[in-house]
Amino acid sequence: MQIPVEGFMYPNEVELQWSVLIVLYPFITGLVAGAFILASLERVFRVQAVKPTYRLALLTALAFLLVAPLPLQLHLGHPERSLEMYLTPHRSSAMAMFGFVYLWYLMAVLLLEIWLDYRRDIVLKSETSTGLARLCYRVLTLGSSNISERSLRIDERLGYFITLIGIPSAFLLHGYVGFIFGSVKANPWWSSPLMPIVFIFSAMVSGIAAVMLLYMVSTRLRGRQIDIRCLDKIAQYLMYTFVIDFSLEMLDLLQRIYEADESFRSLDFMVHTRLWKSQVIVQILLGTVTPIALLGLTQILKLTETARKRIYALAGCLTVIGIFAMRWNVVIGGQLFSKSFLGYTTYKMGFATREGLLIAIVLMILPFGILWVLVKLLPPWPDAVSLSASGATPAHGTS
Amino acid sequence: MFKDIEHLIRLAAVIVIAVAAFVVLRAAVIPASFGQYGHYRGAAIAETAARPIAFAGHDVCEGCHTEEAEQKKLGKHVVVACEACHGALARHADDPSALTPAKLDTAVLCARCHEANSAKPKSFPQVVTADHSGGIACDTCHQPHKPKIEDEKPGGKK
Repeated sequence: MQIPVEGFMYPNEVELQWSVLIVLYPFITGLVAGAFILASLERVFRVQAVKPTYRLALLTALAFLLVAPLPLQLHLGHPERSLEMYLTPHRSSAMAMFGFVYLWYLMAVLLLEIWLDYRRDIVLKSETSTGLARLCYRVLTLGSSNISERSLRIDERLGYFITLIGIPSAFLLHGYVGFIFGSVKANPWWSSPLMPIVFIFSAMVSGIAAVMLLYMVSTRLRGRQIDIRCLDKIAQYLMYTFVIDFSLEMLDLLQRIYEADESFRSLDFMVHTRLWKSQVIVQILLGTVTPIALLGLTQILKLTETARKRIYALAGCLTVIGIFAMRWNVVIGGQLFSKSFLGYTTYKMGFATREGLLIAIVLMILPFGILWVLVKLLPPWPDAVSLSASGATPAHGTS
Repeated sequence: MFKDIEHLIRLAAVIVIAVAAFVVLRAAVIPASFGQYGHYRGAAIAETAARPIAFAGHDVCEGCHTEEAEQKKLGKHVVVACEACHGALARHADDPSALTPAKLDTAVLCARCHEANSAKPKSFPQVVTADHSGGIACDTCHQPHKPKIEDEKPGGKK
């Protein structure tokens, strides 16, 4: 397959080493961190309005976190060797250390928080369900069915503490992804100390938008009424975060333009040619300026509920597309130009190859499948708790 | 009090068991010599050293193939070891009848080094093989051990 090259490329730069799957890795990790931070709004910052999305946000974070390492695994020639980073950790490898950041976030934060938050429901369901589901819930209770008021209060306090740890952990998770790119000093497109911070804010933006959309879609599918107060609040937070994110990206751009180091002309040319559509049109105009303007409209004008919902849905979709384009422009864009700054290559995406489009689509659908299972197992809806609670009386409750 | 934190004690027990299982697994699967010299298996060095020698070395080749050796000394390929093109032939050097080296396809072999590429130094002889020879084997015109064609004027096309 002949790859179109313009100007001069070193031989090892012609073919891109990091494919669309490596675009998915920061995109999915960002959704996880963002969803968790939205959940923490209710738990730590006591934003009661977003309560209906608290559990959905946690389950979304878990579903996407389980899929987050898969793009990396598929990228590896020997995926089974990746587990060796836990057995013989290489402290000087940034990527190997991400394994520990990932494990910490999954095991010490997300799973623990979900377990503590759902423990009451799990115990109740272990007593009312039958068959395989019952066995599943029984295992999840760890053999303790005590849901006395005191024990639940302890869970609540411990859960709060874990969320407190979880916020910096979520920042670390996605900040670390930004650090992996930002610390590649040989690549001027990536090498920037602002990278981890931009990644964190863009993660919050994408996670909040994704949970907002999921909340809208799932409520509609269940035939329930969307809590507009909740939606307004989420959209408000989305706009604030987006404005900060956009400002940071523009600051980064301003810095680069003013500094105009030896890479600037080459990168500037790339943005005006190879990345024009994905960066300027999709990421900046469609995926950033438009949703910010739409969300801003809802804050300024007095719009009807239906109009607001439609605007939120459109802004949410554009936001997710825009953040995906941002990840694309970082990962793919960073490999399109030559280190000599004299040439440009092209990314040719395969279809049914190991790192092709088909796998990327499957990997993007997979978290929704996992989320569906999680939602069936641990219903996140506020009304589901009262329904299950009314159907059973705690057998070992001491309150 | 104990009853209300029983589930947490059970959770702690699960974590302790998981960590213990990991520690046991780690001890079982990590090779004993790992870390002896660095972040790799120390015994790998001895294992690699114990592998049979595959390359004979150009001195051994030149011991028998004197004519080719003389030709090479006259051309620029004097710096290229015999087995760089012909492959590892220690078995052939030990017993010439045990292994007959395969005939090389020069149309492919020569292009490995001499296919034009902007990243190569300008002084290095390089051609766009499609234009230069159109798939014809290079040894049709060039003698690989002394590739410069005698009729060429000095400083002419390489």
